[in-house]
Amino acid sequence: MNLLRTIKATLLFWCCVALATPVLAQQTNIAEQDVPPELAALAADSYADKGKAIQALIASDHPRTRTWLTTLLDGKLQRIKESGRFVIVTDNRGRDWTVIDAVDDTPLGEVSRRNIDRITINNALRNQLRSAMAVLDLDAPTVQERLASADRLLGKVDVNLAEPLAARLEAEESPAVRDKLTQALAIYQLQSGDSAAISEAIDTLSGSLNPAVRAALNGVAAGEGEAAESARQALAGIEQKLKLNRAAETLYFGLSLGSVLVLAAIGLAITFGVMGVINMAHGELIMLGAYTTWMMQQLLPGQPGLALILSIPAGFLVAAVAGIIIERSVIRFLKGRPLETLLATFGVSLILQQLVRTLVSPLNRTVVTPEWMSGSLVINEALSLTLNRLYVLGFALVVFAGIMLVMRKTRLGLEVRAVTQNRAMARSMGIRATRVDIMTFALGSGVAGLAGVALSQLTNVGPNLGQSYIIDSFMVVVFGGVGNLWGTLVAGMSLGVINQVLEPWAGAILAKIIVLVFIILFIQKRPRGLFPQKGRAAEG
Amino acid sequence: MKKWQVSSRWLTTSLVAMGMSFPVFAQEDDPIKVGILHSLSGTMAISESTLKDTMLMQIEQQNAQGGLLGRQLEPVVVDPASDWPLFAEKARQLLEQDKVDVIFGNWTSVSRKSVLPVVEELNGLLFYPVQYEGEESSGNVFYTGAAPNQQAIPAVDYLMNNVGVERWVLAGTDYVYPRTTNKILEAYLKDHGVAQEDIMINYTPFGHSDWQNIVSEIKRFGSAGKKTAVVSTINGDANVPFYRELGNQGIDAADIPVIAFSVGEQELSGIDTAPLVGHLAAWNYFMSVDTDANYDFIDSWIEYTGDEEAVTNDPMEAHYIGFNMWKEAVKKAGTTDVDAVKDAIIGVSVPNLSGGYAAMMPNHHITKPVLIGEIQDNGQFSIVWQTPSTVAGDAWSDYLPGSRDLISDWRKPLECGNYNVIEKTCGGGEAQTASQ
Repeated sequence: MNLLRTIKATLLFWCCVALATPVLAQQTNIAEQDVPPELAALAADSYADKGKAIQALIASDHPRTRTWLTTLLDGKLQRIKESGRFVIVTDNRGRDWTVIDAVDDTPLGEVSRRNIDRITINNALRNQLRSAMAVLDLDAPTVQERLASADRLLGKVDVNLAEPLAARLEAEESPAVRDKLTQALAIYQLQSGDSAAISEAIDTLSGSLNPAVRAALNGVAAGEGEAAESARQALAGIEQKLKLNRAAETLYFGLSLGSVLVLAAIGLAITFGVMGVINMAHGELIMLGAYTTWMMQQLLPGQPGLALILSIPAGFLVAAVAGIIIERSVIRFLKGRPLETLLATFGVSLILQQLVRTLVSPLNRTVVTPEWMSGSLVINEALSLTLNRLYVLGFALVVFAGIMLVMRKTRLGLEVRAVTQNRAMARSMGIRATRVDIMTFALGSGVAGLAGVALSQLTNVGPNLGQSYIIDSFMVVVFGGVGNLWGTLVAGMSLGVINQVLEPWAGAILAKIIVLVFIILFIQKRPRGLFPQKGRAAEG
Repeated sequence: MKKWQVSSRWLTTSLVAMGMSFPVFAQEDDPIKVGILHSLSGTMAISESTLKDTMLMQIEQQNAQGGLLGRQLEPVVVDPASDWPLFAEKARQLLEQDKVDVIFGNWTSVSRKSVLPVVEELNGLLFYPVQYEGEESSGNVFYTGAAPNQQAIPAVDYLMNNVGVERWVLAGTDYVYPRTTNKILEAYLKDHGVAQEDIMINYTPFGHSDWQNIVSEIKRFGSAGKKTAVVSTINGDANVPFYRELGNQGIDAADIPVIAFSVGEQELSGIDTAPLVGHLAAWNYFMSVDTDANYDFIDSWIEYTGDEEAVTNDPMEAHYIGFNMWKEAVKKAGTTDVDAVKDAIIGVSVPNLSGGYAAMMPNHHITKPVLIGEIQDNGQFSIVWQTPSTVAGDAWSDYLPGSRDLISDWRKPLECGNYNVIEKTCGGGEAQTASQ
């Protein structure tokens, strides 16, 4: 009895110790965090006070200024509610966040989100922080970093910055950075009110395509007097240059939209154009390709680029297998009955959509864009080509070339053409028509899968992905001329360009309607599309 | 004679008493039926299926606490499949065949408009949880989402006063909610001295995916030397490629902020939000709201779905408030009878998830705080501004010519959803709404 009590007491004691230890440890840690006043000021209530605190921090030259500013900018600088301890959140997903001490980087483990107080910033503060960081970065070792920070300062120079910037300009060696800094200072001078300085600034700025410069000049041009007049002249000169860039931009937009249309339609050009099968589930095959990309990224976490490249063959295979199943289980029983094929494949498309909703999720999936596909390729300050679309454009052309190669140069291509031109004769020559049917359908479906892989980088990956492309695909194939792959390419690209040229004038909805009306009229005139098939085969 | 009268009165009273006690007895075994009218398939499944689960979770919790009036709650789930006419059919089925006591449902305005005549004809109760364009008030519908004055107007005020925006792009999907909201906003902006050339309006079809031209146009519009902002009523899916294009074309939130009325945590869960940090959204609730009630709600939601990454959003909170309001009204009325609940619910006030209270107003709209949040890199919003107190929903906008004279008050003796205070008649708004 006594022994039992002793054991109980000992256990209880150790329990207490075990429970108390972390608390004690934490308390000693709190005592250790010696919050510098510059950091403490950042937790002010109003954004205005926070702004002042940021300025004070920059002026203080504290060795951790940079870390705190960066983390504040990223929203990672936070506080533990009870202790008021400043921490940096290193992982803010889920309910428990990993934090480290903001003063000395001690790892503090995971803390429940409930116990963390955010030090929030708004866009104004974010602007202030970025300019501050840009100023700090002006001393960076590489030209690239300096150029980026000088660029960020365009239009953001104020009284406090003007002098250090001018000093910085003196010391700068790279001409590109000098150029940017001169522009940044000139924009500041535009607001100075001194007419000589203004006219000098306008001279410096004329010819620049930068939007910040344009915005500043517009501000001056809105006023009156001599300065406004010369600003208007400078703007007119800029506008002239911009026109050409704008035309190039619209062409690029058009080709990019066209490449999407071509990608989506090219598989259909094979199954519908060459085989004559109306496959309403074509869109869902595209969707399968996109989901394959998502799946690959799930399998290879942290390597979105590699996963994307691997999804190209994987997407092709998945969609091709799905195509074979559809062909074997539905389409072959409906040969020569287009209306029934249309209805049956429409049913298949609904089944596939709901299957994805039930098995995966009704919600859209996130497909990560790899680093090398984000952002844009800067041609000049007014013209930059978005990289993801540039890659898709290239991919569409490669896929098209590949298909042309298969159709023209391989035995399969030859057999496909033979079977579609005259099935009975091809069979009597010893070609296994059924096998060719399967292979052709698999090829068309696989290409749809490839389109899905590419589209996953441009649009939503969700159960409805296919629906939005099926109509467009048919439109392109019919417009281009059924059975002609070149027709599909030309039709897709020209519809894309027409659409993008019309869009700024007519709006997105009206542009689409105009394009549709145009196609209807065109088909009335030339029922066989842009490039009709010639010869006797076209009749059958 | 007199004696007979007395005894007859006694008889009636006792009969009534018996009559009343009988159904109560019968009802005690019967569960209370809660109809859930949300699409589980089709386009809207993405948004609506989580609302169904929210309702199921709350019903489960309520049953664990012993149900309501001593009776269990029984959910009746139907799937209107994102098909607007089917919404009306399913609502009829819920009310006529399943005899549900209340319906929680709908997302799009067009589906609500389709259900409206059915609910009114069969005298049902509908709780509608999504922000909408206003210009409507039905005696049978309770609007727990935001009216334009609880979302759009405060958001524009914030941009105008706190950010100093002078030039506006109103971009929306082409259907009734964005068109009406933008009409209200355009009128509001002009009232505040914004010139016509400083407003650009753009509509795109549902699921629009090619945003290159529009984004580049916005960029151009924004380089005129005045602070520019985009007010987006772009719906659902189309937002993902829109934001992606914004990121790729390098439109920074610090230069041209985009404030969205239809983008919440759910929509962001489909995008990499790193390039979008700083873009804004206006709602009445964010998952990042720092209150214990909210953390508890999130915990139970994660537990219910079994998904650590599950997010909560504004319409879910609206269902949370709506369900609790209905519950309180049923308790107050002591019955689930529709007319009794309709009377009892006006004035009922329940806690919301952001640390305040939501009260049901006589116009069947509720009071809500308005929050402005900035997108963070983890797909959450950081709240940068909020109204000092809650705002009562206004069914009829004060900024549209036909509707500014209308009020809605479902209390007796007025009992009218569109009373014209100038003509002193009920029904003044019908023609106006129909013509829109």
